[in-house]
Amino acid sequence: MTSSQIDNNPIRQSTGGQTADSQPILEVRDLVKDFGGVRAVDHCSLDVMPGTITGLIGPNGAGKTTLFNLISGFHKLTAGTITFLGKRIDGMEAHETFHAGLVRTFQIPREFKYMTVLENLMLVPANQEGERIWASWFTPWRIAPQERAIERQALETLEFLNLDHLKDEYAANLSGGQKKLLELGRTLMAKPKMILLDEPSAGVSPALTDLLMEDIRRTQEETGITILIIEHNMRVVMSLCDPVIVLSEGRKLMEGTPEEVQRDEEVLRAYLGFSGEASAAAGENTAHETAPNEAEFGETKAGA
Amino acid sequence: MDIIYFLAGFGILAGIYGVFTLGLNVHWGYTGLFNIGVAGFFALGAYTAALLTTAPPSPELFEDFVFGGNLANTLQLGIDLWFFVALACAAIVSGVVALVVGAITLRLRDDYLAISTLGIAESVRLMFLNEKWLANGSRGLSDIPKFLGDFVTPKQYDLLYFAVVIIVLAALYFVIQRAINSPWGRVLRAIREDEEATAAAGKNVFRFKLQAFILGAAVMGIGGALYAHGFRYVDPMVFDPLLATFIVWVMLMVGGSGNNLGALMGAFIVWGIWSGTQFLPPEINNPNLRFFLIGFLLVLVIMLRPNGMIGERRRVSEGGT
Ligand SMILES: Nc1ncnc2c1ncn2[C@@H]1O[C@H](COP(=O)(O)OP(=O)(O)O)[C@@H](O)[C@H]1O
Ligand SMILES: [Mg+2]
Repeated sequence: MTSSQIDNNPIRQSTGGQTADSQPILEVRDLVKDFGGVRAVDHCSLDVMPGTITGLIGPNGAGKTTLFNLISGFHKLTAGTITFLGKRIDGMEAHETFHAGLVRTFQIPREFKYMTVLENLMLVPANQEGERIWASWFTPWRIAPQERAIERQALETLEFLNLDHLKDEYAANLSGGQKKLLELGRTLMAKPKMILLDEPSAGVSPALTDLLMEDIRRTQEETGITILIIEHNMRVVMSLCDPVIVLSEGRKLMEGTPEEVQRDEEVLRAYLGFSGEASAAAGENTAHETAPNEAEFGETKAGA
Repeated sequence: MDIIYFLAGFGILAGIYGVFTLGLNVHWGYTGLFNIGVAGFFALGAYTAALLTTAPPSPELFEDFVFGGNLANTLQLGIDLWFFVALACAAIVSGVVALVVGAITLRLRDDYLAISTLGIAESVRLMFLNEKWLANGSRGLSDIPKFLGDFVTPKQYDLLYFAVVIIVLAALYFVIQRAINSPWGRVLRAIREDEEATAAAGKNVFRFKLQAFILGAAVMGIGGALYAHGFRYVDPMVFDPLLATFIVWVMLMVGGSGNNLGALMGAFIVWGIWSGTQFLPPEINNPNLRFFLIGFLLVLVIMLRPNGMIGERRRVSEGGT
């Protein structure tokens, strides 16, 4: 068995060409989050290495989304530290983590419904001259060129995601999968150093999931940014992520290559005795728009 | 000819209500700020303008109340420029109060803003009612000076003032449109759609909400100042929640929240209906019935056209040019 339950285990760098001594881009240490009496994150420590697509898996309620909320400043942490690019970011507000270079998506897409797809993207870039309340009255000539550049960037992003034909559509009118793509597009507009994706394939049709995976992989390859993905769909995890971190009951259970994680006894026990063969089979299943849980690692058992 | 004077009188009030709906549209229509205390900013603007420009009353007549900025007679900038000083001061006072209220409540859950705007509106009214030294209590302030009053006969004055109101309204419309169609306005609309997602896009939601709250309140303050100089008399009863807050909401909903032209249309239509009911036969002409009619209109519009008569004209932001 190559796994370990101990949080401070040295990180295995299986692929990605990472040198063993390179510094983590994100360091989470002893993180605790209580919601009233519920401890959602329990002394969790983990590292994410730069340039990786790191997977974050674990049963429902393991604290994955809460971990994202803490890292991105949406929740105040109870205890612990978060360091990003060598700088402490715990205690930052949500919009401040964005400017530190960290952008997140939401498990349930949160598009700006009554704004067009194009506007959804054009909102994002930082330091827009026209975001000053006075600018449209006193210095409009400074807004126009910047708006044109932002629009160009937004159109390129939409082309990249194959959403360009929908640019003038209200975001509310997109399908679930298109909304997930739009969320990805918003993170790209930010030109971040690291993105946190919360279940990008949940509720997405198999065909669109393939597209989404391809987009995520290409994004990483072209920009070199670091990606941390919460994902239930093992097909996505297996083909996209390395390493994979397993979270259970608010703490890191293990970390390893996708194969190692899938073979691990502890992990299977965490998923309520789910058998290795079954999980592998489940991983081959295709998800459906209407029943996305079918292919989700560990969910079938919990729902049975 | 009399119909023209009647229409001018109607247009003055409808135009002033149009200023309030523009302000409320910045709050609710574009940013999603639930301000149910329009009356408070209306009162602050009206009293600020009135107190600054009116001549001080003689101490023999009013023991408590002796203040009066008398700007209309002391500020010699040329032809009645004191009027614009009064409008600016009304905007500033309303804006500063919005800054204080917003700084305290806009970080909290949405309902705190609703409660505090309601509370502020009543507190402002009670302050002007009870602090007699400040604004003569329930007897109100009268003889508020006329803008350009020396140039026309009193009868023609309504026509002149109607033009003034329309010019101020048009200027405010233009200024607000520019801001709303700029990237700044795009952030406001994003906040209206989803605050957390806007924060995730790196926007300081609190700062933008505070700016929008101040801008809308300042616009309402200008509406109050226009009212004070148009009617030349204010007392605390003017700022009754039904006629100073509720009806503004109805105007915005009927005309189309999130569309400034719709907001103006709503002001003229609803005020038209309200004014029209005064011609009803006396046995059914009472304020309760009129409010019932207005409420009925609101229900009708919400059922038939949930986005109002014009609603939001949804499109991509322009670069402010
Ligand atoms: N805002 C919240 N208030 C109270 N409890 C919460 C909140 N968010 C999450 N939790 C609790 O924290 C635990 C972890 O939830 P979550 O992070 O959403 O899990 P996961 O994303 O791994 O499925 C769950 O028990 C959940 O009920
Ligand atoms: Mg989750």
